[in-house]
Amino acid sequence: MNLPVIIKFIIDLVAVLLLALGIKGLSKVKSARDANRLAAFAMLLSVIGLLSYYLGTSGIALQSWIWIIIGSIIGSLFGAVIAKKVPMTSMPETVALFNGCGGMSSLLVALGVAFFPISNNLDNFDFLKKLINEFSISVSIFVGAITFTGSIVAMSKLQGWLSTPGWTQSKVRHFVNIVFAVTSLIAFFSLINGNTSSIWLLVIFSSLLGIGVTLPIGGADMPVVISLLNSYSGIAAAAAGFVVDSQLLIVAGAMVGAAGLILTQVMCKGMNRSLISVLFGGSLSAQSTASSESGEYTNITSCSVEECALTLEAASKVIIVPGYGLAVAQAQHTLREVTKKLEQNGIEVVYAIHPVAGRMPGHMNVLLAEADVPYEQLKEMDVVNPDFPATDVVLVLGANDVVNPQAKNDSSSPLYGMPVLDVQDARTVFVIKRGMSAGYSGIKNDLFDLPNTSMVFGDAKKVLNDLIGELKDLGVGEK
Amino acid sequence: MSFISLLWVLLLGSLLGLELIGKVPPTLHTPLMSGANAISGITMLAALTLIVKAEGNVPLLIIGSVSLAFALFNVVGGFFVTDRMLAMFSRKPSNKK
Repeated sequence: MNLPVIIKFIIDLVAVLLLALGIKGLSKVKSARDANRLAAFAMLLSVIGLLSYYLGTSGIALQSWIWIIIGSIIGSLFGAVIAKKVPMTSMPETVALFNGCGGMSSLLVALGVAFFPISNNLDNFDFLKKLINEFSISVSIFVGAITFTGSIVAMSKLQGWLSTPGWTQSKVRHFVNIVFAVTSLIAFFSLINGNTSSIWLLVIFSSLLGIGVTLPIGGADMPVVISLLNSYSGIAAAAAGFVVDSQLLIVAGAMVGAAGLILTQVMCKGMNRSLISVLFGGSLSAQSTASSESGEYTNITSCSVEECALTLEAASKVIIVPGYGLAVAQAQHTLREVTKKLEQNGIEVVYAIHPVAGRMPGHMNVLLAEADVPYEQLKEMDVVNPDFPATDVVLVLGANDVVNPQAKNDSSSPLYGMPVLDVQDARTVFVIKRGMSAGYSGIKNDLFDLPNTSMVFGDAKKVLNDLIGELKDLGVGEK
Repeated sequence: MSFISLLWVLLLGSLLGLELIGKVPPTLHTPLMSGANAISGITMLAALTLIVKAEGNVPLLIIGSVSLAFALFNVVGGFFVTDRMLAMFSRKPSNKK
């Protein structure tokens, strides 16, 4: 072993260690920010390690430097600008976009190596080595293409640029996707057999497969898909690591791949959906309209903002249940103003966060943190559930399925078994909602029929603004 | 590097990933996903290798460069956006009087 090899080996080892520590640190609130920077530093270190290795061995041509600099500047610049500009509410789309580009990168590397075999790989190529090379190229193309098109479709759907076409909800799509998958696999094996011309077939049909699988999936399930695609991009990176013979790539790719799978599992559990049903079941609402739309509301009480304000003023403990609707209305800042007033009046305010509130697990925490809600006021479901019976008022803002008591009481309900917030145990529940439409699941919410529940109809932001006005009139928060 | 030892690396890396993510509070799921996503941009190393080994082959240089741009878009954007999210959590204690 000569010096450059040893140096690269040590740098790679340190980089892997720091990456692992980074991922680990990201799992604790206190250390998360430093951990993220540590991981970023590890990535920089890995680049330095690679470049110094080539400088010490083969050298790097001027032409290569030029292309490296061009690619780096363009990629970093766009990445930084988008990361700075994007609003916090569109975080899931942004992650999907970045993720898709990671997949694209692996795909391009594999294509490059497939068309222009790089020197090292063919120096001493025996049959096995060639086979492994072809196999990793094929995996990298297949997974990379699915990651790219899947992520772009996911992003477009979350942005509202793409809707769910009707035919994708019928059985036709399974047939179409099977055709895509089988054709991809044929191309895959033909490529491994050394038939280079099937490479475009593989690119095209794995891209189509990515679209075909993601397009039918409904908005509520999209975070699960993004998390899964995130895992794929790790696998694509690991495959690219086999292509260029880099252990560091393989370790990092495998870590991301495995971590992504775990996260996906966690999300599925939170939504009471199996991964299989997310991927192949289509949107839940389309399925369940036939079976459970039967429930009519019989005992709806609606009330004015004024009544709501009066009840809040008299309360001593209030729990806020924020949901997706709050994020859509961008009302988190207005909500914070309301709770500030209540707190100034000595009322205890707590936010109950369901594991899948918002659009991704933890998304709601980010949104509320953006609105300056103290971290200590955010309570997780298991912590807050025993508190509901001792609570005077619960404000449900844009949440629906996560507060449906059916999930506990009605074993025939599709929601049955999903963990929910027991808001019905509180003295009074106000549900702020635009209308009587059902949640994502398309299922009637029994909570709305309960005698202690009152509906306040209207846009979350407008209702909260009115509420601030009413509270002001009552002298709340102005000591 | 023999293929077998690379397979070992793959296996151990996967196990490490499973172990690291085991217990995470839901608050951090989105930042974690975003951070892990940034790390998956590590394919930039493969793109760099491609460019360095291109030996004046212009199409390969271009493919490598575009691939590098995509990967860095993922890495830089991913880490920045994660930092933005996490900044909101860490800002809290100082903001409270």
